[in-house]
Amino acid sequence: MTGFSEALISLSLGDQGWGDELLKGLMITLLLAFTALPLGLILGACVAALSESKQRVATAFSLLYTTVIRGMPELLTLFMIYHGVGLVINQTIKWLNPDMGHFNFSPFLAGVIALGLVFSGYAAEVFRGAWQAIDKGQKEAGLSLAMGRLQIFWLIERPQIMRLALPGLGNLWINLLKDTALVSVIALDDLMRMTNIAVGATKKPFLFYVTVCGLYWVICILFERVLAHLEQRANRGMRPRH
Amino acid sequence: MLDIIQSYAPLLLGGALLTLKITFVATLIAAVLALPMAILRIQAKRYLRLPVQIFISFFRGTPLIAQLFLVYYGSGEFRPFLMEAGLWGFFRDPVNCALLTFTLNSLAYQTEILRGALQAVNFGSIEAGRAMGMPTNVLYRHIILPLAYRIAFPALGNECILMLKGGAVASVITVMDLMGQTRRVFSQTFDISTYFVAACIYLLITTGFVLCWRQLERHLNRHLSDHRHKAAR
Repeated sequence: MTGFSEALISLSLGDQGWGDELLKGLMITLLLAFTALPLGLILGACVAALSESKQRVATAFSLLYTTVIRGMPELLTLFMIYHGVGLVINQTIKWLNPDMGHFNFSPFLAGVIALGLVFSGYAAEVFRGAWQAIDKGQKEAGLSLAMGRLQIFWLIERPQIMRLALPGLGNLWINLLKDTALVSVIALDDLMRMTNIAVGATKKPFLFYVTVCGLYWVICILFERVLAHLEQRANRGMRPRH
Repeated sequence: MLDIIQSYAPLLLGGALLTLKITFVATLIAAVLALPMAILRIQAKRYLRLPVQIFISFFRGTPLIAQLFLVYYGSGEFRPFLMEAGLWGFFRDPVNCALLTFTLNSLAYQTEILRGALQAVNFGSIEAGRAMGMPTNVLYRHIILPLAYRIAFPALGNECILMLKGGAVASVITVMDLMGQTRRVFSQTFDISTYFVAACIYLLITTGFVLCWRQLERHLNRHLSDHRHKAAR
């Protein structure tokens, strides 16, 4: 019983416990995921649009982009962005003005960019699949009504893409939430890193890692519920399957 | 870039070999265990299904890196107990911990993939087998499993690739796989092209794997006409 009350004390909020630190880390994790999401969605949609283009160069670029992003470990992408972009910025600063000080590339920004890039690589494929799943006859119907290309996209294709892409994007969102744990490696104080710090201070690795796993688990289950609800809502106009 | 390749190629390639070994062993053990788990998962009885469901949900709902820390550092808290059981030697080695974690993680994903495939098998085929008086084990061996594995095949390939890439987090617990060696070389040289070399190696491995897997799939589905084969993809 003492073990249990001790565990409660170490997880409590306030000075003695690490509960408030973990919650702060959780906020950073969520903030990171919610910042990377729009970046990934916009980039992914752009790359998907390129893949549908008639220009050879554009399709080749989108193929290369998705292959490279999806073929690399997320951790490697993160390191490349964190160390690589920082290095490039610093060299540019030195070249422009040798007297200027060292620029510190923030791990948060690096995390957002890296996770956004990873998300966009997969999202582009999801968008492309949804786009191609729309019946070609609908585009022809639009053309026969003298609609422009943009009008066809916005009024006919876009609403259906959003519905068809939702399940795939939902999976990617859950993956993104879990991938945020990787940024702890580049010293961003997210949930995972706060847990590591707590373990270092309290020497109770099992308790804290079980707690953090539980937290991630709860978040994932919550968002799965939300996504199921969204999907139901998106499909409300569809004929119900028996 | 060239001098990195020249002086550190053996290190990086050795790391790549360890990455391949860990991925191969973990996915293989998981593949063997996934079948009984998937069959448990589709049982109608709740007490058979629920533990598997919880297992799958946990491993798919938490980050791999957190699972890895839980096994590697968390086992340290039970050191006296593990020493008594003679298991401490196993948990002390980060490679073993990575293997164990990746196997469990891959098991969860592969079970879920197989579950979907088992449920997607055309029910008419199963009924036909039953009508011919096949007992359940024969039905599974000759009808359900061959069909289910063909359905699951592409998804299982994706899972192998995800494991290969996800395996990079093992470098955080000091496993010297491709990512671990890459980080070491970078910390010595501060040369960003180290990462590009590593990315190329990863891309080569994944591309090679995808091509092999596609050939295997073609071989598995060689009895199907070309048209249906394309539709199946």
